[in-house]
Order: sequence, then C-alpha cells, then structure tokens
Amino acid sequence: MVEPFLFWVIAAITVLPSLALLFARKAVHVAMAVVLVMIGLAVAYVILAAPFLGMVQIVVYTGAVMMMFVFVIMLIGVKGKEDLTETITGQKWLGLLVAAGLGLFLTGVISRVTLNLQDATTGDPEVIAGAIFGKFVVVMETLGFVLIVAAVGALVLSHMPRLTPKHTQKEIAADRIRVGADPVNKPMPGVYARHNALDVPALDPHGEPIDESISRVLEVRHQTQDQEPYHAHLEKGDDK
Amino acid sequence: MSPVAFVYLACVLFAIGSAAVLLRRNAIVAFMGVELMLNAANLAFVGFSRLHGSVDGQVMAFFVMVVAAAEVVVGLAIIVAIFRARQTVSLDEPSELKG
Repeated sequence: MVEPFLFWVIAAITVLPSLALLFARKAVHVAMAVVLVMIGLAVAYVILAAPFLGMVQIVVYTGAVMMMFVFVIMLIGVKGKEDLTETITGQKWLGLLVAAGLGLFLTGVISRVTLNLQDATTGDPEVIAGAIFGKFVVVMETLGFVLIVAAVGALVLSHMPRLTPKHTQKEIAADRIRVGADPVNKPMPGVYARHNALDVPALDPHGEPIDESISRVLEVRHQTQDQEPYHAHLEKGDDK
Repeated sequence: MSPVAFVYLACVLFAIGSAAVLLRRNAIVAFMGVELMLNAANLAFVGFSRLHGSVDGQVMAFFVMVVAAAEVVVGLAIIVAIFRARQTVSLDEPSELKG
C-alpha cells in the first residue's frame, strides 16, 4: 500500500516539471525541470520498495545524464532560439492528439487489467545483485559490451580529422622572424632604472630608455613617467 | 492506495515525453523527451515489480538505465557533431536525406 499523500506529492513534482518539456523556451530550463522529475522518480522508487534503484536513479540520471545534457547545452550555446515555423502543417495539433491518444490508450489498457497486490520484496543491493549476477548474468555482460561500444562510438563521433598540417613551434618561430618581429622577448620595464616600477622604461646597454618595454596600456592611459630623468648618467662624469 | 497509481503516473509521463518528441524542434529538448519516456517505462517496471512482489522488474529497470546511459552518450555526440557541421540543433534543418 502507498500513502496517498506521498503519491500526490510525487505526481505533482514529476508531471508539473515535465510539462516544461512542452512549454519552456530555453533548453536549460527544460534540463533543470527534468532533473526535478528524475528526483521525484527516485523518491517513487524508494516508496515502491526499490531503494537501490532510487539511489541509482539519483546518481545516474540527475548526477550523470542530466549534467551531461547541461554540459552539451553549454557547449553548443545557451541562446537556443527555436524556430517556430511549422514544416509540416498542423504538426502541433497532430502531435498533441497522438500523444494524448497514446496516454489514453495506455491508461485504458492498465485500467482493464486486474492486478492483485503481492507482498513486497525489498530491492536491497544484495537482492538486486543476486538477480543481476545470477539469473540475468548474460544480459549484464551484454550491457557491459554495449557500454564499451557506446564509449568508443562517442569518441569516434566527436573526433575531428585534421584538415591542415599542424604548425610546429619551430615553424611558428620562423614565421615570426620572417615578418620582422623581434626574435627575443621585450625587456621588462623598470630594469636598471632609478626605481623599480612598471611605468619606468628599461635601459639598454647604452643607458638609453627602451620605449617598448612599457606596457601599451599604460601609454594609452597616459600613466607613463617622463623618460628623461631615467637616462643613465654614465658618461656625465667627465663634465665635472 | 495501490501501487497501480504509479503505473498510471508512468502512462502520463510517457505521453508527455512522446508529445515533447513530436512537437519540439530543438534536438536536445526532443532528446530529453526520449529520456522522460525511458524513465516512465522504468517507473512502470518498478511499479509492476512492486505489484508482483518480485525484483525482476527492478533489474529490468536497472538494465534500461544502463542502455539509456549508453544512448545518451551516443546521441549527444551526434548532436554535437551535427552542431559542429551545421551550427544548428534544429531537427528540421538536416534535411539532406530527402535527396
């Protein structure tokens, strides 16, 4: 027997969010609603004497599958404006009609069957494991194979063949030299200057300031120092 | 309240999922509709398992979850591959098979 209050709570948190599948505009909202549906179904499994399956439902569906959906939504862009032009005329009403007919058909079939309730066998992990590795061991091994095939298939599908040859670091360096770029790094600012700061240019071996040692951002903001005071006074000694 | 109520709930969820598959154009949303249909089938499995007092239905639901996980992996990889090739996830867009 099931507590009616619990059933109606579960019915509310599964059916109402699942309607987001039909009416929500953004795919992210749909994904979050489906997460709620999955959690409601997990509670339903626990009530229906299947605690192991309830935990698996939370781990596999809300934890892995739906997060993978959210990940793919992130990958292909959240904007997701759906075009509402109908390619098949009347597809909306036809689809709703078919779905409603399917629901009515299924409930009709269930309502015509008489089912007498047996005593519950709680689906503890030990009981489930006994069934999986005993009666259904071939199915279990086949499904392991299916999972491997799926993983390899996903790898193959997401593999992109390289269209252009790969640029090695050597070629990139050669290209930089060819267009006339400085082959070495720019000097850091404030090196051998009077005080060590980002707004003071570095001095070259002749004691002259090096303009490009200062960040262009500081130049754009006019936050650089006047360079004249930072000349080295090496040869100034002979005029005393 | 008999556990049959959960089987009715599964029927409703299955109908909603099938409506999502039939109506939505966004491939990801339609795919989530497929997931909802699989979960409705799972709920029916578990409900019948409770009614019959045996764990066979729960084991089947567990197997359905495994197959659904494999299906999601491949399906999302296909969606990402189509998006990379055509910059769209609309189900109406890839119509090359029409010939």
